[in-house]
Amino acid sequence: MPAAGELTKGIIKENPVFRLVLGLCPVLAVTNSLKNGLGMGIAATFVLVGSNTIISLIRKGIPARIRIPCYITVIASFVTVVDLVMAGYTPQLHKNLGIFIPLIVVNCIILGRAEAFAGKHGVWRSLLDGLGMGVGFTVALAITASLREIVGTGKIWGLVLLGTRYNPVLFAVLSPGAFVTLGLLIGLFNSLETRRNR
Amino acid sequence: MNVAELLAIAVGAILVNNFVLHRFLGLCPFLGVSKQLDAAIGMGFAVIFVMTMASVVTFAIYYFILVPFSIEYLRTIAFILVIATLVQFVEMLIEKTSPSLYSALGIYLPLITTNCAVLGVAVLNIDKSYTFVETLVHGVSAGIGFTVALILMAGIRERIELADVPESLKGVPVAFIVAGLMSIAFLGFSGLAVE
Repeated sequence: MPAAGELTKGIIKENPVFRLVLGLCPVLAVTNSLKNGLGMGIAATFVLVGSNTIISLIRKGIPARIRIPCYITVIASFVTVVDLVMAGYTPQLHKNLGIFIPLIVVNCIILGRAEAFAGKHGVWRSLLDGLGMGVGFTVALAITASLREIVGTGKIWGLVLLGTRYNPVLFAVLSPGAFVTLGLLIGLFNSLETRRNR
Repeated sequence: MNVAELLAIAVGAILVNNFVLHRFLGLCPFLGVSKQLDAAIGMGFAVIFVMTMASVVTFAIYYFILVPFSIEYLRTIAFILVIATLVQFVEMLIEKTSPSLYSALGIYLPLITTNCAVLGVAVLNIDKSYTFVETLVHGVSAGIGFTVALILMAGIRERIELADVPESLKGVPVAFIVAGLMSIAFLGFSGLAVE
C-alpha cells in the first residue's frame, strides 16, 4: 500500500469508531457538544501520532514478551503531556472532559494501533497511520457531537442554528441519547457498506 | 464515619451515576461479554473483585508514594502499571489458591486490564478526594453497578437473538439502542441522588 493509503484508510474505510467499533467510551461521554468532541478528538490524535512514532522507533529494542507494558508506558507518558497542556491552556475544556483525559490511556484504538501497526512498521508509515486513525476518530466524534448538539439544543458550536420555533429534544444531549445516536450511526454505516459491496 | 454518607456514595455509584449507563465507562466488556448470562455473571464478579482491589491499592500508591514525593503528575502512568500488575498477580493468586474460582473467572481476568472502568474508579476516587473507607465503598459499589448493568443487558440480549432485527442494525447497533433504553430507565433513579 502506498504511504498515502496509510493516511486515508483510517478516515472512512477503517474508521475506528464506525467500522472497527473501537474506543467507544469517549465517543459517548464527550459528544454532548461539538466543542468537547473536537477537543477530545485532537487530544487523542496527538497521543496516537506520538505513541505510534516512538513505538516504531524503539520497536527493535523491545523484547516481545514485555511489549504491552512498554507500549502502555509510552502511551501513558503522552497522555500525561496532553493532560498537563490542556489543564494549563484550555482549563474549561479540561474540566468538561474530566476523567476521560487520563482514560485516553486505556482507549483500545491507541493500544490497538501500537500492537497491530507501529510495532511492525517503519517510523514514517506509523506516523501516517496514527494521524489517519486520529483524524478518523475525530471525524466520528464530530459527526456524533454535531448531531446530538443540533437535535438536543438547536445550536451548533453555541450558535443558534434552528430558530426559536424549534423545540429542542433534550433527550439527545442526555446520556440515553448518546447510546441511541451512536447505535443508529453505526447501523447507517453498516447499511452503506453492504450497499457498496453489492 | 458517617454511615449515611457512605450509603449515598454506594447508591450513587450503583444506580444514579451507574458506571456503564451514565458515566459511559467499561463499554467494551459491556458489549463484548453480554451475549450470554453465565459469562456476564462471571465477568461481573471478576470486575467487582478487581475494582475493589484496584481502589485500595491505587489509594495507597497515591497518598503514600506520589504525594510525599510531590510527583502527583505521574498518576496516570503509575495507576495503569499498577492495575496491569495487580490483575496479573490476582490471576496467579487465584490459580494457586482456588482452581475452581480460577476456572470460573480465569478467562475474564486478562480482559479487565483494558477495562476503562477500573482506571476510571481509581481516578475518580482521587479527584473526589475520598477517604480510605469512602474509596473502599466506592470501589465495591462501582463494581456492583457495572455488574447490575451487565447482567440486565445479557438477559435482554439473549432475547434479542430471537427477534427480527433489520440486517444493518444486528449486533452492536441494536445493543446500543437497548443500552439507551436502559439508560432512560436509570435516569429515573436520579431522584435518589443525595448531593
